[in-house]
Amino acid sequence: MSHEVPYDEGYLEMDLLRFTTAGSVDDGKSTLIGRLLYDSKNTFEDQMDAVEATSKKRGDENVNLALLTDGLRAEREQGITIDVAYRYFATPKRKFIIADTPGHIQYTRNMVTGASTANLAIILIDARTGVIEQTCRHAFIADLLRIRHVILAVNKMDLVDYSEERFNEITEDFKKFASRLNNITDMTAIPISALHGDNVVDKSEAMPWYQGPTMLYQLETVYIGSDQNHVDARFPVQWVIRPHSDEYHDFRGYAGRVAGGVFKPGDEVVVQPSGFTTKIKAIESLDGPQEQAFAPLSCTMTLEDEIDISRGDMIAKPNNPPQKGQEIEAMVCWFSDNVELQPRGKYYLRHTTKEVKAIVQEVKYKVDINTLHKIEDTSTFGLNEIGRISLRTSAPLLYDSYRKNRQTGSFILIDSKTNETVAAGMIV
Amino acid sequence: MQTERNSYRVNHLAQLESEAIFILRETAAQFEKPALLFSGGKDSIVMAHLARKAFYPARIPFPLVHVDTGHNFEETIQYRDDYAKEIGAELVVGLVQDSIDRGEVQEEKGPFASRNALQTVTLLDTIERNQYDACLGGGRRDEEKARAKERFFSHRDDFGQWDPKNQRPELWNIFNGRKQHGEHFRVFPLSNWTEMDVWQYIKAEKIPLPNLYFTHQRDVVHRNGSMLAISDVVIPQAGEEVEKGATVRFRTIGDMTCTGAVYSDACDMDSIIQEVATARQTERGTRADDRRSETAMEDRKKEGYF
Repeated sequence: MSHEVPYDEGYLEMDLLRFTTAGSVDDGKSTLIGRLLYDSKNTFEDQMDAVEATSKKRGDENVNLALLTDGLRAEREQGITIDVAYRYFATPKRKFIIADTPGHIQYTRNMVTGASTANLAIILIDARTGVIEQTCRHAFIADLLRIRHVILAVNKMDLVDYSEERFNEITEDFKKFASRLNNITDMTAIPISALHGDNVVDKSEAMPWYQGPTMLYQLETVYIGSDQNHVDARFPVQWVIRPHSDEYHDFRGYAGRVAGGVFKPGDEVVVQPSGFTTKIKAIESLDGPQEQAFAPLSCTMTLEDEIDISRGDMIAKPNNPPQKGQEIEAMVCWFSDNVELQPRGKYYLRHTTKEVKAIVQEVKYKVDINTLHKIEDTSTFGLNEIGRISLRTSAPLLYDSYRKNRQTGSFILIDSKTNETVAAGMIV
Repeated sequence: MQTERNSYRVNHLAQLESEAIFILRETAAQFEKPALLFSGGKDSIVMAHLARKAFYPARIPFPLVHVDTGHNFEETIQYRDDYAKEIGAELVVGLVQDSIDRGEVQEEKGPFASRNALQTVTLLDTIERNQYDACLGGGRRDEEKARAKERFFSHRDDFGQWDPKNQRPELWNIFNGRKQHGEHFRVFPLSNWTEMDVWQYIKAEKIPLPNLYFTHQRDVVHRNGSMLAISDVVIPQAGEEVEKGATVRFRTIGDMTCTGAVYSDACDMDSIIQEVATARQTERGTRADDRRSETAMEDRKKEGYF
């Protein structure tokens, strides 16, 4: 099988898979990513030269593939990863974007960030230690962020004599835990050795008992076509285009990125929050008029009637509008190490293309993310903590539940003094 | 990008295009005075093309800003001027020479002097004088390891500095561009593109490029592992190997003192793409500025480089 990326017309047939990697310190996450890049021939000679030189300088025994993914000076010096880093590679079938998140402090915050745009999560387990608290935490976050596809990568199989029994035991343990989660619909367990390359890109000769896919094969073929919502039409208006030129004197275009469903010229639409209905006149582009627009495409639409519409408004279908309200309940993950979430605390809330002010009405509970227990007698939470709160906003939001739509069901909270992003929220 | 009719499949280039257009519109909406950093290189050309699409049929709502070291290829400058005129954009040029004349920077001395590092001062100065609060750049995360951690909306303090340990998390499609007075943002719509994506997009969209990207004959000098074009600012020194009429092209375009050529007879998009597909070196491997140390890019970025 050739791993060379096509440079001809085939390139336009490739689709995109975004995935995140989760693992504890020393689970071999960087080595796994380095292995994926190296074995799928996505590394360059000068990168490998630099990695070899650094390996030698650090006194590593082998060429340390983990170094391919370490970016900042402090990371290379201390051998750790500080922040979410994004990596890219491609095979003839797909282009991949990896959100590589570190496995130590601030872990939850980084994994939530990486998971928010991912279709799939790789959860790494050290075959010697098996399913531990952190594994459950990773699975919980993947589920909370509505990642439907999970690869359970049981790594370091070489250190347990490539034991089928051990692999089955770990897989069963994980399934027991995952049965308590809602959104993960597709889980594939793969026994690997990132260090030696077993079942990463090439099939392992040491584990003839394993008949399943390699990691790369699974990444290339997992079906993600149904991950976008093509049913509930949602178009948050991002920018109003008014050319003020002679040629387009009366042109008023509403620009944005389709967050759900399909829009076509002639469709009847409702504009929220005003509630006016009209029809789509055209979907415009530099390449000429378009027949339709659907998620996740950016487009510009013109409407039959002149209605006052501005950024933050939402265009939808009359028989299927989003919810509208100023009282929302949400799961939030707290991101700030400077301030805690406060009851009655006021924040800026950003949701789709709209910004409003929001006040915390009530902290309902906090989740112990290692046991999934609810802690109810709590009024604040701090860095990396996840819980359920209710909020009241200064103006109505046009929203869906996060489970129904990731774009119209998500928001961030911003501290009004520091402008720091302090929380990520998922509307219940 | 055209999508397939009657199917909701979106290929990866169309997804990247849609994402970049979203970022460009978000920049126009969230900031008072954004600017698009335009070098005449392929990444900034693609970014400007995406900006045209984002705001069509209106003109792009921000100026093109070029920091000119005075050591640019003539072809680049010509392309820049023609392009700005064609799309009806305002062109603002910050000259490194002006920064030197004002005594704000000291020019490097000696035969291997480069103005590359001085660009940062001129860039920050141009931003301050024009009060730009967001600068759109064509940087990509696949270019260099320090860039892999860069955000779409990258916060800079009032000294224009980047603090890699204190960046705002970016989730979903939501970007936080709030800032204090005096601070500004760098915005990178092409963050998720790779070199191959950029070339494929240029081909698919039939975007014209400066001739420097295609094969031509040129006199070059071999210096520190790079092959530099001989000019008023790159003068061969005793003991350096000079090659007359070498058949070369450039994979990246920047200041003449640090942009290395590669041997190539690629004369059209297809042959360039084939070359990129089989390349064994990263494109920044031809950039002498990244070779000064292993963390050269990280250090320059912290100071406020592009």
